[in-house]
Amino acid sequence: MGDKELIDERRMKPQKSTFDEYAVIHDLKHYLPAQAPLKDFIHHNTLHAFQDLSFYKGIQRASAIFGYKVSLSLDEYRRLYATKRISEPVLKQVIARRKGPQAVATWTDKLLNGSYETTALPRIGAIRSFWKKKYRVDLDSLVHPLLFRILCNYLDQGISMWSFPTVATSFLGALRELERTSYSSFFRTKRARTLLLSGTVTIGELLTMVVGNEICFEHYLFDQQFAHQGWSGMVSVIEDQPETMLDPKPIMLHDLIVFELLLELDALDDQFGKNWLPLCTQLPDKPGDLFSPVIERELDEVLSIWQDAFEWSYYDQVLVGLQQEPALPIDETGKSFQAMFCIDDRECSLRRYLEHLDPRSETFGTPGFFGVVTYFQPEGGQFYDKVCPAPLTPTHLIKEEGKQTKRERELNFTKHAQWFHSGWLISQTLGFWSAAKLVMTIFRPAMSSATATSFRHMDKAARLTVEHTPADMPENGLEVGFMVDEMAVRVEGLLKSIGLVADFAPLVYIVGHGSSSVNNPYYAAYDCGACSGRAGSVNSRAMSYMANHVGVRTMLRERGIDIPDTTQFVGALHDTTRDEAAFFDEQTLTAVNRAGHQKNETTFAHALDLNAKERSRRFMSIDSKADAHHIHEQIRTRSVSLFEPRPELNHATNALTIVGPRSLTKQLFLDRRAFLNSYDYRIDPEGNLLTNILDAATPVTGGVNLEYYFSRVDNQKLGAGTKLPHNVMGLFGVANGIDGDLRPGLPSQMVEVHDPIRMLFIVEHNPDVVLNAIQRNPATYEWYINEWVHMIVIDPVTRQLYRFQNGAFTRYTPGLDHIDETKDVTPLLETGHDNLPVLIMA
Amino acid sequence: MIALLNYFVLFPLLGFLISLFIPARRESLISTVAIGTAGLHLAGALFFIGMWLFSGRPTLDMKDVVLFESKSYEFFIDFDFDRITAVYLFVGSFLTFLVTLYSRHYMHRETGYKRFFNTILFFYFGYTMTIFSGNLETLFIGWEILGISSFLLIAFYRDRYLPVKNAVKVFSIYRIGDIGLILAMWASHHLWHANITFLQLSNSELVHEHLQTHSFIGVFISLMILLAAAAKSAQLPFSSWLPRAMEGPTPSSAIFYGSLSVHVGVFLLLRTFPFWEHQISVRLLTALLGAFTALVATGIARVQSSVKSQIAYASISQIGLIFIEVAAGFENLALFHFAGNAFLRTYQLLVSPSVVSYLIREQFYGSSTRGQSIEKSYPQRLRNTFYMLCLKEWNLDSLLYRTLWNPMKWAGSKLNFLTVSWVLLFFVPMYLLGVFARYSEGAIPENVDAYMPVFFAFIGLVMVLKAFTKRKKARMSWLLIIMNHLWVALAISFNEQFSFGQIMLYLSGIMVFGGIGLICLTRIKALEKDLDLDRFHGHSLTRPKLAFIFLLACLGVTGFPITPTFIGEDLIFSHIHENQVVLAFFVSLSFIIDGLAIIRIYARIFLGPHVKSVYETAYRSS
Repeated sequence: MGDKELIDERRMKPQKSTFDEYAVIHDLKHYLPAQAPLKDFIHHNTLHAFQDLSFYKGIQRASAIFGYKVSLSLDEYRRLYATKRISEPVLKQVIARRKGPQAVATWTDKLLNGSYETTALPRIGAIRSFWKKKYRVDLDSLVHPLLFRILCNYLDQGISMWSFPTVATSFLGALRELERTSYSSFFRTKRARTLLLSGTVTIGELLTMVVGNEICFEHYLFDQQFAHQGWSGMVSVIEDQPETMLDPKPIMLHDLIVFELLLELDALDDQFGKNWLPLCTQLPDKPGDLFSPVIERELDEVLSIWQDAFEWSYYDQVLVGLQQEPALPIDETGKSFQAMFCIDDRECSLRRYLEHLDPRSETFGTPGFFGVVTYFQPEGGQFYDKVCPAPLTPTHLIKEEGKQTKRERELNFTKHAQWFHSGWLISQTLGFWSAAKLVMTIFRPAMSSATATSFRHMDKAARLTVEHTPADMPENGLEVGFMVDEMAVRVEGLLKSIGLVADFAPLVYIVGHGSSSVNNPYYAAYDCGACSGRAGSVNSRAMSYMANHVGVRTMLRERGIDIPDTTQFVGALHDTTRDEAAFFDEQTLTAVNRAGHQKNETTFAHALDLNAKERSRRFMSIDSKADAHHIHEQIRTRSVSLFEPRPELNHATNALTIVGPRSLTKQLFLDRRAFLNSYDYRIDPEGNLLTNILDAATPVTGGVNLEYYFSRVDNQKLGAGTKLPHNVMGLFGVANGIDGDLRPGLPSQMVEVHDPIRMLFIVEHNPDVVLNAIQRNPATYEWYINEWVHMIVIDPVTRQLYRFQNGAFTRYTPGLDHIDETKDVTPLLETGHDNLPVLIMA
Repeated sequence: MIALLNYFVLFPLLGFLISLFIPARRESLISTVAIGTAGLHLAGALFFIGMWLFSGRPTLDMKDVVLFESKSYEFFIDFDFDRITAVYLFVGSFLTFLVTLYSRHYMHRETGYKRFFNTILFFYFGYTMTIFSGNLETLFIGWEILGISSFLLIAFYRDRYLPVKNAVKVFSIYRIGDIGLILAMWASHHLWHANITFLQLSNSELVHEHLQTHSFIGVFISLMILLAAAAKSAQLPFSSWLPRAMEGPTPSSAIFYGSLSVHVGVFLLLRTFPFWEHQISVRLLTALLGAFTALVATGIARVQSSVKSQIAYASISQIGLIFIEVAAGFENLALFHFAGNAFLRTYQLLVSPSVVSYLIREQFYGSSTRGQSIEKSYPQRLRNTFYMLCLKEWNLDSLLYRTLWNPMKWAGSKLNFLTVSWVLLFFVPMYLLGVFARYSEGAIPENVDAYMPVFFAFIGLVMVLKAFTKRKKARMSWLLIIMNHLWVALAISFNEQFSFGQIMLYLSGIMVFGGIGLICLTRIKALEKDLDLDRFHGHSLTRPKLAFIFLLACLGVTGFPITPTFIGEDLIFSHIHENQVVLAFFVSLSFIIDGLAIIRIYARIFLGPHVKSVYETAYRSS
């Protein structure tokens, strides 16, 4: 009987064991962090694993099991109350709603003065801690450094010069090959080495050797993997999305666990020789089940009441504002231009300035891929960039042709400096050049090849293959360019979803966005989330091409959207860090439109200056009282400064997603806290378009919001901590120092000004239609029914508010009666660093 | 011109002291003081170097203050200025100025903004003290300051486990270097019978004359200097500390471990070169060490998959080459190489976060620099063996752990029988007996008398070993450390007749600061109940003032140059005879462990994640 048959026979044996390694791995993958490598950074709900529970139940459970901090601390809430950021009437209302009106006094006292025991050990780690307690061995110190190092070297995408020497179809296979063909060994003792080389050892067998008692296996594996959840999470993500590594690295969580158990076995053998018993044969009593129900403590309830009060103190201002807003006079004079932006909260203030500077302009918001679901291949690129929301799988490819700009090289990233002989020359030559560069970067920061900038995503002077021609052969199963009817469907979908089906201005801008930063491993998080962490320039330009296409226009007319021949669409890119804009294909404009465009460009330039000024209020190093143009210069410098850890604040302070016409919010000052998705209920009585909008927007803005929420409330365990000591690992992650765990989540510099409150969706429509729309897709509905985001509907006719709770919409009356009005927000912007109240701009 | 030398050292000290008194929330004032100090220092340096070049590059030497004098011994501060100092001064002030400027914005809003700039200025003071030093004693002061400021910067994120652990690790390696220096100083007392300046060393006739009769001691001194330089410049077998020191904010890693701190070992070699110039064996050894390090570190650098560790190892391999250049006598080349390497690594570290977007872009466009590496052409087994060894850093990290810590832990664990009552009932009477014997002539026979110093020094060593390995009571551990010094004092007093005043000089700082430390520990024990040394407590989070006072106490007891003990330690060594190698070994070993035990107590009680998890704590592995 050969070896293979032996193995097969073992597999055939009836399983008496209750331990199912595949089920445990499946569960582990569910709970581990799901953040992709840095280049594909996309915001998501950090605690997505608990989303099948209601928000508070879910986070309390996460906290009890994994030890995360899931809300602000009691003291922080009390401080917010003392500074009136949490309003007293709202707090009372929240208590009354939850505990009944007669309980308000007692619970107010508990909230304000109660003292609670806040130290509680999480369940995770309980079993593994016995190594230290009973065996006096620090297994983490013995295993982690080597494990991380090997893992990082195996996964490395291009930092090391001498890459992992053995390639195989799996991590374990590559390790086995290296172990077999080397005089040195990963291990210090024989047993682990033999087991690795045998290639047949299972997790169950290893656990029997290390842990012993089967009851503890699952808990032990969770303890072990969550002792370095950053690395385990990364492995799990790469296993599920192997294409995220440009240099493919086959790996499975299973292999990581096997290898880690082998290293543990080795460390224990080395430490104790033959004289040790598996861990759980020694346990005094079996620790509780990791996933047994979590009992809500009074403290949890107190914290959740505070959280509710904190959230509604803000929401109520917005809701009152929506009701209090005066009706807009209807403008009959015709539009000067229209502009579509991404729903991104960073575009909210730019739109306000454009509308303010040119009252005849009109702006819209829609997800920044503008309905163009495609891959993009820049000229010379060896890979495709996905430029649409991450869950979608494009079937089309747009290629860049006729690129004019050259890529710059950075000599300092040359790897030759690491060899001692070439390093000898380099440090004596380039070394002195570095001194000069250092002086330059500190005194005159400027764009360099080290900068990651959105304008490099696509060359303005190049052509895009938007339209499919018969000569285009499919590439790797992708259609190159779009057919005319395919284009028409996309243009129609886009225009209808934002309610722009008539009254076209002569110029319609489609403005994607991206960002520029340097020394920023999180650059992908700063770009457009709807374009999978890339700039939106290809999409805006392609959509403009489609909407300008004569064939498309004809087809649209047949479908009732009559775009005048004089109307032209122009693609553009807004750099949210530098507050600069670039317009594409301007040469195709007619003479009349060119003149109009020139005027609009000036408006854009001015609006961008003002936008930069508004943003500057959050940056201590800039005097916000200065002239807008001057501030804008400083903002630009900031984006290319090596020493600036906050080139922009990204989505910090986000809190709202408003689905409705611009008139709904036009006179509200929302302080860049709102995602604005344009939508006209009148052309969508059934809620079909709304379903699409919410299916797309809910996970995106909800995901952004919750990632900020959790990174803010527990920056150490759920966020990445401060980014100042970060060290780039293998080009896919960051760690502190050289032998630490990967740090998923957001660094403190990105979230420090963020108020951790959930996303409030506000939709203008009939509540019944909205209820129907959110219920159509179970994945979307989960967000609302479990309250990971809030939903308020404003009835277009009665202006009444309805809150979604427990599966139904009920009338909602805010706890405030009015908000302040202001003629000019500028003085306010020039003084405060903190979040500003919602105001009506009269 | 000479009169200006000490201002170059005092100025950073002034900046440091001022920065201590600025309230922590005055961010811009703090950074202004730091930038001002570094900027003015740079301006002054440029001016001074210009003047010095103009006046024909004379070698300047200035005897500053005599801190202690007896008939056979003189402890004085001495400053030197020559080409070596000029280059180190220029590179140091230039980089410090730029990095403080850089950090002004970079560190904005970081908790510890003030602590960061305090430490940078303190470091810079130590650096100038070192490079201006005109004798070993002065150099040693700077050297100690560099060590402690390194410890503080590596443990900058003191509420996380790994930075603190690595800071202690680096400190312990520095400590080995310190002992190299102490022993070199000890031996050179016996060689010259005086505290000699570096300037005198360049008198080759004088050196030659002394070495002729004492060739062994000459080699010993050179080896100790090499040991100190190798530890500080991360040469083999100490290399693994450098990448592990990259735990602080990036600019601090850039200036410390990328450029200045790590080249101080080279400085020591350059400075003492005239002394070992004619010792061919030492020059060969230095060159071999450099060559070997360059080779091994290059290999390790090539397999690194994290940016900072790659830069660290690449830098180590360049420093290996600089060692060769120094040994070969190419002083100018070595200085040039030092400057280039320092600039290059600082810049590389500062732009290191950009590597992601840059290399991903390169990879995307297919011009990945990951071409065929030369190793592909090696035979498979050889190649894979090398890869594995480089991946494991040739076991350097565990080697140090195994050869240094484990034996100490083992010895400590053999001392478990030493309990409080043991100490009280046995060692205290014994000590009193020792004191009695010392002061009553003829109480012990002469032939026994000769063994007394070694015997007592050994007991001191036992005390400090016990202190180092104690898992439980912090205060007991602290007391044992103080007792060690008492035993050492007793041991030495048997050695030679010298005045009681000298003993007092040695013990004064230890007693005062030992007392302060004890009060701190008692206070914290009363407040927090548990002072188990088996884990980190992180009390600096809630009790920063106490932490600071205790840190001062630690420094005082370790013989840091804030107390007379510092001179006392040197003095104690001067009373160890040149044939008492065992005694010198015991005393120096107990000084090493003493420093380690003290820093361990500080780290365990005041650093690391806070014991109570009510504060946001990071994962242990992060």
